[in-house]
Amino acid sequence: MLGALTLIFACQLAGELLVAVTGLPVPGPVIGMVLLLGGLIVRGGIPEPLAAVGGALLSNLALLFVPAGVGVMLHVALIGREALPITVALLVSTAATIAVTALVMNALQRPKAEGDAGPHDDGGGGEAR
Amino acid sequence: MTGQLADIWVYLAARPLLSLTLTLIAYQAGLWASRKAGMHPLANPVLIAVILLVALLAGTGTPYATYFEGAQFVHFLLGPATVALALPLYRQIERVKTSALAIAVSLIAGTLTAILTAVGTAWLLGASQATLVSIAPKSVTAPVAMGISEQLGGLPSLTAVLVILTGILGAAVGPLVLNLVRVKDWAARGFALGTASHGIGTARALQVNELAGAFAGLAMGLNALATSLLLPLLWRLLF
Repeated sequence: MLGALTLIFACQLAGELLVAVTGLPVPGPVIGMVLLLGGLIVRGGIPEPLAAVGGALLSNLALLFVPAGVGVMLHVALIGREALPITVALLVSTAATIAVTALVMNALQRPKAEGDAGPHDDGGGGEAR
Repeated sequence: MTGQLADIWVYLAARPLLSLTLTLIAYQAGLWASRKAGMHPLANPVLIAVILLVALLAGTGTPYATYFEGAQFVHFLLGPATVALALPLYRQIERVKTSALAIAVSLIAGTLTAILTAVGTAWLLGASQATLVSIAPKSVTAPVAMGISEQLGGLPSLTAVLVILTGILGAAVGPLVLNLVRVKDWAARGFALGTASHGIGTARALQVNELAGAFAGLAMGLNALATSLLLPLLWRLLF
């Protein structure tokens, strides 16, 4: 347990150090993710304690957004001033991104994945992971 | 009596434990309300927790900086959680290998669409420079989006808010859009949701179909990587 947590922290630390040294335009934790992924591929499996610690972090991922989200109180004036561009941009961009990504992916993998399809999607959203 | 209460509040508000505890309580209240609302996409637990906490802070006149002294312990875990995204990515590694080309091309198409349409629309409607930078990484999971925003001179806390709104929007309108463009393949549907609306879209995809959920999680991780590589380059070209 402690070992797995140490490994995750060490990957992030290594990522932050690499970014500081090389000036890569990528956040340190993303490099840490790539390092951990590389390690898992080399090792050929996820050790049980790592799966437990990582699972605990990811299953409560939504909670971790809350402190940053409360930061909205610092930007109430800006959001009020620019409510129109922000709202329209988020709506247009989110819908466009979903449509473009799905259409491209669908066109490229159609030969293989014809079988298990079904467009129905009922039931609500739910918590983020 | 009220004077005493105020004294107790002043005492507690100066300690990190209070805002840490309140953050956990508010989030669990959000989870509870979300379940009560039948997991409706707009009854998002993060949204509810944020509204509760902002109302409390504003009502008591507590500055965000004081709140964050305690809440930073929760916030800190975003970094390690990003590293942990390697786990779902690793679990899908075989699928990634077999449809590597489809994944790579749709990822780049989705990443570019997300950045260019967000920045383009906001710019056309007269958004400020700070908003343009902060909205650019809005489809990426919060910790990474905040890191990118900071590097480009945006407002990381504004980015976090925009990221959360994007997630809620994607989960709400995503299935409608996917039916409209008539994409039935679960892998493609999930991948699109994860690319556009990160963890919140992934949670939605997981509820509907397991394959869609796996591809959404994969897309969330890959988009974090793709945007953090592509956006700084695009930014240098655009501005």
